[in-house]
Amino acid sequence: MSEWKYNLVAFNTIFSREIRRFMRIWPQTLLPPVITMTLYFVIFGAVIGSRVGEMGGFDYMTFVVPGLVMMSVITNSFTNVASSFFSNKFQKSIEELLVSPVPNWVILAGYTMGGVVRGLYVGVLVMLLGAFFIELQIHHVLVTLLAVFLTATLFALGGFINAIFAGKFDDIAIIPTFVLTPLTYLGGVFYSVDVLPEPWRQLSMLNPILYQVNAFRYGILGQDSGISIGWAFAVMTLAIVILAVWALHLLRVGKGLRS
Amino acid sequence: MTKALEIKNLQKSYDNGFEALKGINLEVQEGDFYALLGPNGAGKSTTIGIISSLVRKSSGHVSVFGYDIDSDMVKAKRMLGVVPQEFNFNQFEKVQDIIVTQAGYYGIPAAEARKRSEKYLKQLGLWDKRNNVSRMLSGGMKRRLMIARALIHKPKLLILDEPTAGVDIELRRSLWDFLREINEQEGTTIILTTHYLEEAEQLCRNIGIIDKGEIVENTSMKNLLGKLQQESFVLDLREPVADVPKFAGYTVRKVDDLSIEVDVAKNQGVNDLFRQLSDYSISVASMRNKSNRLEELFVSLTTDTPVEKSVSENSGEEKGESQP
Repeated sequence: MSEWKYNLVAFNTIFSREIRRFMRIWPQTLLPPVITMTLYFVIFGAVIGSRVGEMGGFDYMTFVVPGLVMMSVITNSFTNVASSFFSNKFQKSIEELLVSPVPNWVILAGYTMGGVVRGLYVGVLVMLLGAFFIELQIHHVLVTLLAVFLTATLFALGGFINAIFAGKFDDIAIIPTFVLTPLTYLGGVFYSVDVLPEPWRQLSMLNPILYQVNAFRYGILGQDSGISIGWAFAVMTLAIVILAVWALHLLRVGKGLRS
Repeated sequence: MTKALEIKNLQKSYDNGFEALKGINLEVQEGDFYALLGPNGAGKSTTIGIISSLVRKSSGHVSVFGYDIDSDMVKAKRMLGVVPQEFNFNQFEKVQDIIVTQAGYYGIPAAEARKRSEKYLKQLGLWDKRNNVSRMLSGGMKRRLMIARALIHKPKLLILDEPTAGVDIELRRSLWDFLREINEQEGTTIILTTHYLEEAEQLCRNIGIIDKGEIVENTSMKNLLGKLQQESFVLDLREPVADVPKFAGYTVRKVDDLSIEVDVAKNQGVNDLFRQLSDYSISVASMRNKSNRLEELFVSLTTDTPVEKSVSENSGEEKGESQP
């Protein structure tokens, strides 16, 4: 059997194990985002939204659905890899992989794609929920898919790096709480940055999540937010490359894994 | 003959400055059953950690069946199966899933791995538990699970780090039988570390003793046991004796009314002893080694105490502590 076939089997093993994990513990992984997002839809969309009026050229509910889908994708792809990899590190079962001949890039790809699938899975669930509240129509399918896939990949890689540095369970909660949540809430999920006064509008432009949310919203609603889609994709791709190289470096030196 | 394992000048210093291995050299031939003995903290687990790539070496070379663990990492790892000291499987996964997953890491597709896992799970008495979540297993079963997991890719070299620690006597014997079988029938080279010297004596053909990061002995079990200068036997008597008479050529001590201890020098034999016992009309019910012979050697090699001295000075009670 060629090295490629070995690696393919190994990738499938890690990948399907990751999917098995989040499906097995669905009350912890799939149910919470569904409940939270339903609440968001009801409160922000239906109750408060009707008083907000238009946002970015759409009624508020229509505006907020793509944002909330993206928020779920970001959180879930990140958390999946961070929790799963750290939990294996904590239980030492990561040694099963470390003693095996699986190359580092296959380990990284397997975990990352597991996180991507969790992100997309939850994203689709939230999207279907949203369809109860708005008439859902995707304007640019390719842009939508690419935006959501690149975003999920980027944050799954982020979750992997978080887990490598984490020494205790608290450490995989710190980044989501203190970095991810603020950036997401301020990243154009709930409002268009155009409504912000300066310098807040300019400052928001430094938030990478803004570009992802806007690219996705553009894909769904077909609304031009004034941010170049090409630029958004270029930034995301570059960020993915940087995080992947960093993660591979950490695996090679055995950071937190080999003594 | 092929070398299953070759270690050259292996040195390991941890970040805190502790020098766990001081440039050890070790060779284990293909098909061997080798024991690596040493007190706690001697460097056994560090050595295994380096071979299995969980610990980074500071310097030196390690090769498994001729494949260098640095330059030929993938091939070296394919040759190797490791059973660690601590449980290191996912506690939330099912027994068979753990093994099939491990097989997948070695490129064995799931369908093939399921078939193969049946053999090992049955051999190790875990087949009925295959759908149980691993954390629900008993300690002995968890250890057997790790052995099945280490064998699933049919490694040519199996390394076990204290495989029978905390395992009851019956299970220990059945594990010994199992290991002997795969060594003899499948030709798997086995290296084990153990605290139980009886285990090494029963199972292994060759032995290395490691102490404070250095190999202090590396020889055949036969040679090592041949170094014993004397052995002590305990004789259980049929009838109580008030005083122990003088025995020519033997040191005899009274333990209690119904048992005596005799020191027998190497090559001295026990025929003469029994002749003298008959002369004194002392009737012996049974006879046994005072303690494990290997243990005497082990203590002497790792504490710089001469063998003769340790034999006569160590009391049975002290040895009892280091026995399982």
